[in-house]
Amino acid sequence: MTTTLAANRPAYDGKTLDLTGKSGARAFRNTLASVLITLCFLIALIPLVWILWTVISKGYGLLLDGGWWSESQRGVTVRREGGGAYHAIMGTLIMALITAVIAVPIAILGAIYLVEYGRGTKAARVVSFMIDILTGVPSIVAALFVYAVWITVFGFNRVGFAVSLSLVLLMLPVVLRSTEEMLKLVPDELREASYALGVPKWKTILKVVVPTAFGGIITGVMLGLARVMGETAPLLILVGYSKNINLNPFEGFMGALPTMINQDRTELALQPAADRVWAAALTLILLVLLLNILARLVARFSKVNSK
Amino acid sequence: MAKRIEVSGLNVYYGDFKAVEDVSMTIEPRSVTAFIGPSGCGKSTYLRTLNRMHEVIPGARVEGKVMLDQQDLYASGVDPVAVRRVVGMVFQRPNPFPTMSIFDNVASGLKLNGVKDRKKLTEVVERSLHGANLWNEVKDRLDKPGAGLSGGQQQRLCIARAIAVEPEVILMDEPCSALDPISTLAIEDLIEKLKDRFTVVIVTHNMQQAARVSDQTAFFNLAATGKPGRLIEMGPTKQIFSNPNEKATEDYITGRFG
Ligand SMILES: Nc1ncnc2c1ncn2[C@@H]1O[C@H](COP(=O)(O)OP(=O)(O)OP(=O)(O)O)[C@@H](O)[C@H]1O
Ligand SMILES: [Mg+2]
Repeated sequence: MTTTLAANRPAYDGKTLDLTGKSGARAFRNTLASVLITLCFLIALIPLVWILWTVISKGYGLLLDGGWWSESQRGVTVRREGGGAYHAIMGTLIMALITAVIAVPIAILGAIYLVEYGRGTKAARVVSFMIDILTGVPSIVAALFVYAVWITVFGFNRVGFAVSLSLVLLMLPVVLRSTEEMLKLVPDELREASYALGVPKWKTILKVVVPTAFGGIITGVMLGLARVMGETAPLLILVGYSKNINLNPFEGFMGALPTMINQDRTELALQPAADRVWAAALTLILLVLLLNILARLVARFSKVNSK
Repeated sequence: MAKRIEVSGLNVYYGDFKAVEDVSMTIEPRSVTAFIGPSGCGKSTYLRTLNRMHEVIPGARVEGKVMLDQQDLYASGVDPVAVRRVVGMVFQRPNPFPTMSIFDNVASGLKLNGVKDRKKLTEVVERSLHGANLWNEVKDRLDKPGAGLSGGQQQRLCIARAIAVEPEVILMDEPCSALDPISTLAIEDLIEKLKDRFTVVIVTHNMQQAARVSDQTAFFNLAATGKPGRLIEMGPTKQIFSNPNEKATEDYITGRFG
């Protein structure tokens, strides 16, 4: 076999195949494109590095102080030094947690519906379209909507829980879309393998499909949380800023990192206020980072012994 | 264990497209039946109707009867999930569950159906891995991921997973097409062994394989492209390969096809 193949091939004359070097014009275009791409990348990097540098260099001082993590701003005026961000950190975490507890199950169940049950149906198309619209809703509109329902119609007060409700509207589409993408990536062969064992569909989804997509789903949840924790408009509209520690989302005003920044921003010319602004900004970035790392760990350890 | 399958007048559709037409056949218990035929003639489609796997594809439907001993699989009130517990399946590409260990992969059919008894699971896993000729290769790493095995081992893992739920019938759709000759031999040996306990149906493009492992052979063909696939003839493998009744069968087997 091999001999006949070799015999049929034209003899190598040393010229027809030139694999060395590129033609001049192509080499030039290649270099140009590489330079352009690298340049664009560097330009895109500038604002990121700049922001990080500014925030870290201006904000790290206060973070090294233990009081920052354990005290509130109670009795501290913008002109004075002192106090911490405990009230704001807790406020941000509590509101984000409530948001996640409400939004994540709805988003995941919604994504499961779209991918596993609704595929190709009219209902799924309508839901999908609604999600697209929701994705485009500005945070201030979500906040005003909740204001209209929670406060104007039902007559409740401005509290942390109302903020969470509006954040749900912002987080839901992010998590739903990313979960949807992750579920679509799970090969049909795994579903069929499970069906072939006589496992019902719902159990297949719960025990095979979702675990396979778990890492990606968690990443989506984290992206959603990161987006939601920095939102300011809902905080301004739906809960007043409080300098005191308030851990109750159903009563009273509540501190949060974005509104703490907003508070001290009014006296940015004064050093104590400016320091707190940068420190609070850095804290917010660190919180998001921490959640991300946590999510990766969770995703890693939930996989069975994958070495 | 092991049951007779009797199919009569089966038409299989994808939406409006009729993929398989008017198939009738009897598959004997405790035997190996091979389906052969050119690509696209509906072997996989037909195979998947035998455990109601066909209908997971949107728009797919079936007309006709598939009797498993005295029970019509397509009678109203029959639960496809229950059917699949009795008629298991092994796929063309090995598809172990990527989040599960070797142990959990084999135990998955039982675990997902609610069996928790650890002792029973351990026993079934060991027996199934022995049954799939895989025990010696994996006994020291049962807690390692199933996806970490070689392709041939993964396929035997999938077979172990299928036999762990103790089905009556095992359907295999080109189980060796992604495997090297040695793994293929391992699986063929295994099929030989499986027929002591199960009714085995295997789709293959490999004539030697069909000749080696099967007792009965069914040849499918298309009348023309775009037309539905049909069962051309079925008989004992020896006879089909040495002295087929139909010219098309002979042409296909001897490679003078198309
Ligand atoms: N999901 C599907 N939707 C629509 N048509 C399909 C689908 N799957 C298969 N078909 C069509 O049904 C016919 C039979 O396909 P099938 O996969 O059963 O052939 P096969 O004999 O198994 O081929 P091969 O030997 O290549 O695996 C083909 O015409 C194919 O295009
Ligand atoms: Mg096929």
